[in-house]
Amino acid sequence: MTAAVARKANQPPVYLDYQATTPVDPRVLQAMLPWFTEKFGNPASITHAYGREAEAAVERARGQLASLINAEAREIVFTSGATEANNLAIKGALRFHKQFGKDRVVTLVTEHKCVLESAKAMEAEGFRATYLPVEPNGLVDLDRLRNALDDKTALVSVMAAHNEIGVIQPLAEIGALCRARGILFHTDAAQAVGKIPVDVEAMKIDLMSISGHKVYGPKGIGALYIRRRPRARVTPLIDGGGQERGMRSGTLPTPLCVGIGEAAALAQLEMTEEAQRLIGLRQRFLYGVQRALPQTLLNGDALQRLPGNLNLSFPGIPAPALMEACPGLALSTGSACTAAEVEPSFVLRALGVSDDLAAASLRIGLGRFTTADEVDFAVATLAAAVKHLGETGKAGLGMTSRLAATT
Amino acid sequence: MQTSYLDWNATAPVRPEAAAAVAAALATLGNPSSVHRFGRGAKRILNEAREAVAALVHARPDEIVFTGGGSEANALALSGFRGRRLAVSAIEHDSILGNAPDAAIIPALTDGGVDLGALEAMLASDPRPALISLMLANNETGVIQEVAAAAKIAHRAGGLVHCDAIQAAGKIAVDFAALDVDLMSLSAHKLGGPMGVGALVVRRGLDLDPLIRGGGQEQRRRAGTENLPGIAGFGAAAIAARDTLADDARVAALRDAAQARLCALAPDAVVFGADAPRLPNTLSIAMPRVAASTQVIALDLAGVAVSAGSACSSGKVARSHVLDAMGVAPALAEGAIRISLGWSTTEADIDRLVDAWGALYARTRASAA
Repeated sequence: MTAAVARKANQPPVYLDYQATTPVDPRVLQAMLPWFTEKFGNPASITHAYGREAEAAVERARGQLASLINAEAREIVFTSGATEANNLAIKGALRFHKQFGKDRVVTLVTEHKCVLESAKAMEAEGFRATYLPVEPNGLVDLDRLRNALDDKTALVSVMAAHNEIGVIQPLAEIGALCRARGILFHTDAAQAVGKIPVDVEAMKIDLMSISGHKVYGPKGIGALYIRRRPRARVTPLIDGGGQERGMRSGTLPTPLCVGIGEAAALAQLEMTEEAQRLIGLRQRFLYGVQRALPQTLLNGDALQRLPGNLNLSFPGIPAPALMEACPGLALSTGSACTAAEVEPSFVLRALGVSDDLAAASLRIGLGRFTTADEVDFAVATLAAAVKHLGETGKAGLGMTSRLAATT
Repeated sequence: MQTSYLDWNATAPVRPEAAAAVAAALATLGNPSSVHRFGRGAKRILNEAREAVAALVHARPDEIVFTGGGSEANALALSGFRGRRLAVSAIEHDSILGNAPDAAIIPALTDGGVDLGALEAMLASDPRPALISLMLANNETGVIQEVAAAAKIAHRAGGLVHCDAIQAAGKIAVDFAALDVDLMSLSAHKLGGPMGVGALVVRRGLDLDPLIRGGGQEQRRRAGTENLPGIAGFGAAAIAARDTLADDARVAALRDAAQARLCALAPDAVVFGADAPRLPNTLSIAMPRVAASTQVIALDLAGVAVSAGSACSSGKVARSHVLDAMGVAPALAEGAIRISLGWSTTEADIDRLVDAWGALYARTRASAA
């Protein structure tokens, strides 16, 4: 294998957690900065120049984001992030469709916590939720999904690209299935938009959650795409001033809107090339690890997956011990939202991965600023650490001290 | 053209300290929930900001729940207590009234305050546990409400009290503990922080249903990756706001001068809320028989930014529900504009306002004569 690149001890760790959050692209940052200070108007204050300038910036950003997903600008509702968008989509669609006798959401057991928690909260309100299992490769079985739909189903919610295992679901097939049954199709595309092509028309998506900080934009901003024709209707979560055509009240944060818009525009220009580069780095990572550690297992489908994601199991090596043995790498075991929890990933268990193996798994996220040198360094570091922990049998001890540190 | 921004209650420019904190955090990589070094660095920024915001309103850091803004904080407060009936004042912001469509309405008095006698009677007439919502300072008139007294009344009747302090925080001293309320909403961009972040202060020990569910952030009260740059900016703005509260007197003097000069130019002008304690920066004034939209447009052409009321609903210039609740005649309310000042407002801004407004007044009165 390639010789590992020497790194100085005081250098920051190599960032391999791009599914948790991404750095703000410097070009995005530059676009945002003037809107904090010089151009500070409230975009709803359209009766004066300060407000109109801000409104124009927000609308430009809305157009940039819409363009990336082949939507119309007025189909974009800005939110504080993808979590709010997912809450709005699931709660909002169910609450709205109750009047038509539709009270059921069908989703997958491997969805993001915020989708599952929203569905559970709706069950507590008297709605019904069905959580479908997935195949061992993480993908939904379309026949199973088809059979699960009935006339009471208001909504299907399936994540576009998975935050832990990176698998990309067959969105166009799910969209066609739902449209034929008159059921709304929502997809949590926080990890997908800007990374892989997502086309709300071709895929017949009715509601789609988008995140800023997962695509080199800022934190604190996201969006829900809400289809106009045929119209997808939701009941708002936050009422008040009537911004976003009543779908989401609250002052629009101009700089953050500008940031997600710029991030979308950059993604539209660069996504194809970036994806190819990242697939190259991902495979370099995977082959490098498998060559050094042939027992390593890949979780999630090998082909239908995000360019910048790997999820690897290192049999017999508890993930916390491995992370501790690799201080030069910023890694995670799975979703950042639950990073402090010590349970093995519920997602991996849903794939049929044993508890022991799930507890020996790491998520590796590569992104726009990851270099081949960093990949080589990371592979060499991981390989050395796994071999060392395996030989010395210290794996278990590391876990104990890690737990003490995070709880 | 020189311009004057006198719409601070709609939004305030980001304070330099806050802008610096936002820019630094934007350049910092990390999700505060991640356990690696980047995540821990992000967590540290988050905790420092939490302490700063808590200190601004005399709350404890663990009582601060960061949200995506003031409207969300209000929605969270009002939806967090299923089983409690709601009573909200007639002068509340749309984000209170809109999120409590079935609430009983506590009437207002002509001076802009809320009728606490009516509140007491309402609570006595219905034994079910209540959640009442009363703002600390009104966004249109600036009138400061008797929140501590209302809290006493509500608590005596077994009620909980939410206070929307979005316009008050940073303009006057706010003391969550001394007001003895249970919940308080704050917004960063009204006090010189960035847009897109706010907070709900939740009294220690009080449980509420989350509005946005998912990950375990904010003690499971508000899911979603924290808006770290926004929160860092909020913290820096809170510190700056606390340090400059002494500047109130300067702002109040400018506001009082503006009020006196406008009233001297237009003897029939009417100021709303002038007889009650008011925010130092806010002036709600009507030019009789001249539509608010006409005034706002004329001022805009002269480079002076003011508003006809709440920014959220501008565009549709509807009559103010706040002035309606105070019993202001509809014809007069339709001529009311809101002028609001801030820490960088100068005498030159007031001159420009007075000149433009005075010119419009002279024109309309000349054409009417």
